[in-house]
Amino acid sequence: MSIASADPPIWQHRTPRKRLLLWVGWLACVALFVWCWERMTQRTIWAFVWDAPNAAADIGSRAFPPRWSYMERLWGPLWDTINIATLGTLLGIAMAVPLAFLAASNTTPSRWILRPLALFIIVASRSINSLIWALLLVSILGPGILAGILAIALRSIGFIGKLLYEAIEETDISQVEAITATGASQAQILTYGIVPQVLPAFYGISVFRWDINIRESAILGLVGAGGIGAQLNASLNTLAWPQVSLIILVILGTVVVSEWVSAKVRHAVI
Amino acid sequence: MSAAYPTTWRKPPQMIQSRGWRIALAIGAIAYLVLAIGSVEINWTRVIAGMERAQRFVAGFLQPDFTTRWRDISNGLMESLTMTFTSTVVGVLISIPIGVGAARNVAPQWVYYICRSIIAISRALQEIIVAIFFVALFGFGAFAGFLTLTFATIGFIGKLLAEDIEDIDEAQAEAIRATGASWLQLINYAIQPQVMPRLIGLSLYRLDINFRESAVIGIVGAGGIGAALNTSLSRYEYSSAGAILLIIIAIVMVSEYSSGYLRKWVK
Repeated sequence: MSIASADPPIWQHRTPRKRLLLWVGWLACVALFVWCWERMTQRTIWAFVWDAPNAAADIGSRAFPPRWSYMERLWGPLWDTINIATLGTLLGIAMAVPLAFLAASNTTPSRWILRPLALFIIVASRSINSLIWALLLVSILGPGILAGILAIALRSIGFIGKLLYEAIEETDISQVEAITATGASQAQILTYGIVPQVLPAFYGISVFRWDINIRESAILGLVGAGGIGAQLNASLNTLAWPQVSLIILVILGTVVVSEWVSAKVRHAVI
Repeated sequence: MSAAYPTTWRKPPQMIQSRGWRIALAIGAIAYLVLAIGSVEINWTRVIAGMERAQRFVAGFLQPDFTTRWRDISNGLMESLTMTFTSTVVGVLISIPIGVGAARNVAPQWVYYICRSIIAISRALQEIIVAIFFVALFGFGAFAGFLTLTFATIGFIGKLLAEDIEDIDEAQAEAIRATGASWLQLINYAIQPQVMPRLIGLSLYRLDINFRESAVIGIVGAGGIGAALNTSLSRYEYSSAGAILLIIIAIVMVSEYSSGYLRKWVK
């Protein structure tokens, strides 16, 4: 008996207390999941859900083949979509660059007033999706490309601003010191000390955002902000499934091309 | 002798060295801008008429009205939050096997191609377009939203997890293999400990993204707070819309800071 009790304890990864805590944690997660699921599906009509395979087969049979002849009416909206993305990105950059310099802790002129304000604008812009911006702007400016451009621009401010001010904060201080030592003014320090260091990052970020904006501008038309999404909305409302499938193919093609362009440019820059 | 030194200096170009290319690019850019701006049609009378609405909207944003539509708002919020949580959990659970299958160093060739194509499809389609289809198939409401977010989560987590597994320290996997471990034991003892912290971090990040997206897909009928926002905007109730936007911003900020904090803690 005494020999058996002298056996070394079996090695275990965690102490019993830790295991119990882990177990309780998992149980809480499962309970939360079940509760959320119940809550979420309260108003679900299950008949529709079980009917989904039939509906999918039905829509699929209507959607194929795509109506290729509709393509000639898509070139205009496609051009609009690309313009929304490009002009929106440019406008966003124009507003984001000064904000980024205000928000970066090493270039900000006032640490306690302007910097928190700039950071707040960046966060607010980032937390509202461009579709919601478009929804607001369409109800203010009326439907059209202008609302789309502004929506893309407002959403881009936060993204470009955040990444750019982080890049500015990461710049090498010794180069700035060298420029300062020559007796350069503040503006000269900025143009010769900091801008050359963040320029590659800036191009990378801008092209990356442009790529995202192409994807987003393709759907802004759903809420009336112009572009190919407007055709998608019209086709969906008239249940013209062959047109819908063609539009989705066009959107996918555009996305692939823009991703390729942005990957090329970023590869060349960085 | 004094003439040998230049007295002026010009900053050398940084990005494009060739002068010809720079000029060509500049001309191309200007031509594009002229064409693009020329094709933007602005209805100025409508814009001016809209300024009054803009004022009302700003006023509504400054004096948000949480009470009048509180039932709609709280229902939408509840739907959004439950949808976010359930879809993240289910999405992560599905994406783990797909992520493992899409990692070149642990999966056979044919599994690798299947999993990579699932990920590519999920990433190529935007949430909104997927939501439109799921609403058409499964009817209006949170269930379609749940499926949309789950679908989007699979591509996101699957891709990043696969890249993570491909980047692991091979020495540990080698050591486990040398003990004669089976494939499952290899995953459990060599891969899982290395990628777990990052998987938790990614899941939290996706939770954050899913909440933002849940506010958007409601616009096309997939339930959640986006539906409440859309309704209040189409009723011109700007103070309720302002309240909903403030709630969205607040939740996004809270989740962003807390997920950043949690991710640091997990590391």
